[in-house]
Amino acid sequence: MMKSETYKEAFERAGIPRREFLKFCTYTAALLGIEASGLSKVVHAMETKPRPPVIWLHFQECTCCSESFIRASHPIVADIILDTISLDYTETLQAAAGHQAEKCLQDTMKNYYGKYILLVEGSVPVKDGGIYCTIGGRTALDILNETAEGAAAVIAWGSCASNGCVQSAKPNPTGATPVHKIINKPVINVPGCPPIADVMAAVVTHILIFDKIPELDGQGRPKEFYSRRVHDTCYRRPYYDAGLFVESWDDEKARKGYCLYKMGCRGPVTYNACSVTKWNEGTSYPIQSGHGCLGCSENSFWDNGPFYQHLASFPGFGIETTADDIGTVIGVGALAGVAAHAITTNIRKRKLIKENMEESSEENHKVEGGEE
Amino acid sequence: MARIVVDPITRIEGHLRIEAVVENGVITDAFSSGTMVRGIEKILLGRDPRDAWAFTERVCGVCTTVHALASVRTVEDALGISVPKNAELIRNLMFCAQYVQDHVVHFYHLHALDWVDIVQVLSADPKETSKIARSISRWPKSSPKYFADVQKRIKTFVDSGQLGIFANGYWGHPAYKLPPEVNLLAVAHYLEALEWQKEVVKIHAILGGKNPHPNYLVGGVPLSINTEEVNALNTERLNHINKLIGDAIVFVEQVYLPDLLAVAGFYKDWASIGGGLSNYLAYGDLPTASYNQPESFKLPRGAILDRNLSEVHEVNGRDQNEIREYITHSWYEYEGGNNKSLHPWEGETKFNFTGPNPPFEHLNVEEKYSWLKTPRWKDHAMEVGPLARMLVAYASGRTEVQDVVNDALGRLNVPVAALFSTLGRTAARGLETQLVAHWMKEFYDDLIANIKSGNTSTFNDSKWDPDTWPETAEGVGMTEAPRGALAHWIRIKDKKIENYQLVVPSTWNASPRDAKNQRSAYEQSLIGTPVNNEDQPLEIIRTIHSFDPCIACAVHLYDPDGKHIHQVQFNQRGL
Repeated sequence: MMKSETYKEAFERAGIPRREFLKFCTYTAALLGIEASGLSKVVHAMETKPRPPVIWLHFQECTCCSESFIRASHPIVADIILDTISLDYTETLQAAAGHQAEKCLQDTMKNYYGKYILLVEGSVPVKDGGIYCTIGGRTALDILNETAEGAAAVIAWGSCASNGCVQSAKPNPTGATPVHKIINKPVINVPGCPPIADVMAAVVTHILIFDKIPELDGQGRPKEFYSRRVHDTCYRRPYYDAGLFVESWDDEKARKGYCLYKMGCRGPVTYNACSVTKWNEGTSYPIQSGHGCLGCSENSFWDNGPFYQHLASFPGFGIETTADDIGTVIGVGALAGVAAHAITTNIRKRKLIKENMEESSEENHKVEGGEE
Repeated sequence: MARIVVDPITRIEGHLRIEAVVENGVITDAFSSGTMVRGIEKILLGRDPRDAWAFTERVCGVCTTVHALASVRTVEDALGISVPKNAELIRNLMFCAQYVQDHVVHFYHLHALDWVDIVQVLSADPKETSKIARSISRWPKSSPKYFADVQKRIKTFVDSGQLGIFANGYWGHPAYKLPPEVNLLAVAHYLEALEWQKEVVKIHAILGGKNPHPNYLVGGVPLSINTEEVNALNTERLNHINKLIGDAIVFVEQVYLPDLLAVAGFYKDWASIGGGLSNYLAYGDLPTASYNQPESFKLPRGAILDRNLSEVHEVNGRDQNEIREYITHSWYEYEGGNNKSLHPWEGETKFNFTGPNPPFEHLNVEEKYSWLKTPRWKDHAMEVGPLARMLVAYASGRTEVQDVVNDALGRLNVPVAALFSTLGRTAARGLETQLVAHWMKEFYDDLIANIKSGNTSTFNDSKWDPDTWPETAEGVGMTEAPRGALAHWIRIKDKKIENYQLVVPSTWNASPRDAKNQRSAYEQSLIGTPVNNEDQPLEIIRTIHSFDPCIACAVHLYDPDGKHIHQVQFNQRGL
């Protein structure tokens, strides 16, 4: 899908003779400050496959998605932006500012209509006519609608663009809205706050290498990275199955790395690649570093708290079940829910878990005092 | 007279618009506007205070961690929680890693293209670049062949006709002064820094599980220490951190600082441009004893007025007469009137968008023109950031800081007054990075020593259970984001957040005028700046970038009573 037309092909299609094409190349070269000796290379480059043009829009965001993207380790981001794509517009990195920056956007929309990839970071405020986010005097809403029109593919980076994220948490003061609810096009949702760097790089390169968009689930998420629950791929899962839980921060069980379910971990209801791909070149992921999963790639995760209250229960589905089959089930509740859930999810170990649960609930919480 | 509009200001975090009035090639007036708002503070109301760090961390993903740190401290302050020494040290390590990564990225990826002409790279002699590189640093990637390869790569890129992020830059502008060879050096390091920056943040991944947005915890840190266990902060993980710190020190000292000084040497004229305000504010951070002992901070707390470095004023976040916010020119309204100011604990905000309705050409600068409020310290407009921190430390007699600053001034052969400028701001950031990189190593050594002495606690759970909390409590948590003084204020009632307010660095710097029409730092710093070509406002972005804007941080909203939000009606497309 991304075999973008070269300039030469465009000239041929329009019936413009090669002489005119060479003139165009000369003019372009002059604009770029390239000397005559470099002209042959310009001609060659324009006759061969161009790098796919990419527009990266920024709306209601914290820029953590851009920051995550530049953490990519395979490929590294310099290789992506110099060799793989043509990142024609991104407020975070581009040299041009103001109307020169806006020209980059307009040029790509015009010259590559129907051929550019649109990446969106941030949600779009729709309340009060979109006044809560303007760029160049125009609303985010206006810019998104215009830019999406000619996009060959649209990727919503992160939870803001995929599901609204923090600014859409109650009471959503600005009407923060995810991209797929605004534009009339399929959107590849890559949720997470932020998404994992190498997942972001993989989603883009998946399209470029395999010439097709990755398979998506019912929420528009690439199955490649969002079809497994963090819980089912977590290295601490055996402790869960054995009923061994952290009861208090930095207690003896925390120091042994037991399951963080009772501390509010959202791994059981979160579809993401964290426990497999891990973060920052496989260095760690939240659970490995002692904190429960916040569920940051799930819809409305901010309103499914408080974060340190554990999930009451979730259905006893098997690990081959995807979010499409069961939907997202989230809730918080009393301690009794832990036992109830544990039993339903693991009938075979029912007796063992029951004993463990009783044992752990009888224990006093260890008090780890400070220095003072 | 011309009114220049730069919107969007790129290579920053967030959405910033600058309008400047230019007369005879010099800026005579300027207006800074934050054009995006989300309402994080309103969203926090009624929630569990222990969750606030996660919400506020999402205020900014560029200076990730700093809001989480301010937030846990705010709650700890309100509830009287002291964290164990290990937790303090781990927080310091995360703080330092953030600074080093953020400052390096700012210099190379957000600021360098204001000084470095990438097109000039094509005409550089790689042998000369190599000579220059070897004369200023021991960094091993310095052979003529290496620079020739970088040059070839850039040439291939330019020859492709698709300039990507470098398209439509101000290349060839007469304000670019570096020789082609130095441009090549800087571009080579632009690419190296881009690859390196992802390494140092692995410290966050180890200690907080991920970056951006690692995890924090009220009462300590979530990670346990256990040197006899693979599932905790153990010897392997500590070694990894130590390695990353060592690499960071090398990169900062052998790449960032030599480049900074080399580039600065060609732009000494910018040591007398962009000074702006003459008041500086720092809350300070990096406790060596505990957060409750500000005198133990590596970066001291204090305020400087009228550039008088012989006096440092005390700063108190609890004093209702010190830090206050105006909304006179901000799209909000106060119950008590448009010209009042409020301390954050008493903060109130209600949207009051008065136009212009988008799409618009110009802001109505006589009225309200920004989503940023306008903070003042004792009614003074203050600059915050690395320059303010270095000045407060310098004026406080911190010899570590004085030595580094004096050394750099000496090497550039400029007086102390050169610090009060665009160049001074950019230089201060680099010098601070060098200090912080070394302090990171000190904190690491302290952590090892503490563990070795048998102290492995990372959490104080005495007030974790909300049943232990008083009915009401109020707190303030202060820190220094890479971009400057950051504080959160909280009021807790019945175990819930009753009131939460953030006053952040870019609000200090980027805000509109106050009730007395005093300009804030961005606006003031642009006055007197030369503009060579009104169509190519390179000089404006140089000075604005020297502050390292972070606008998502700067804009926030608080509405304590769920008051009516002003409705604005106008024609719109789409929804």
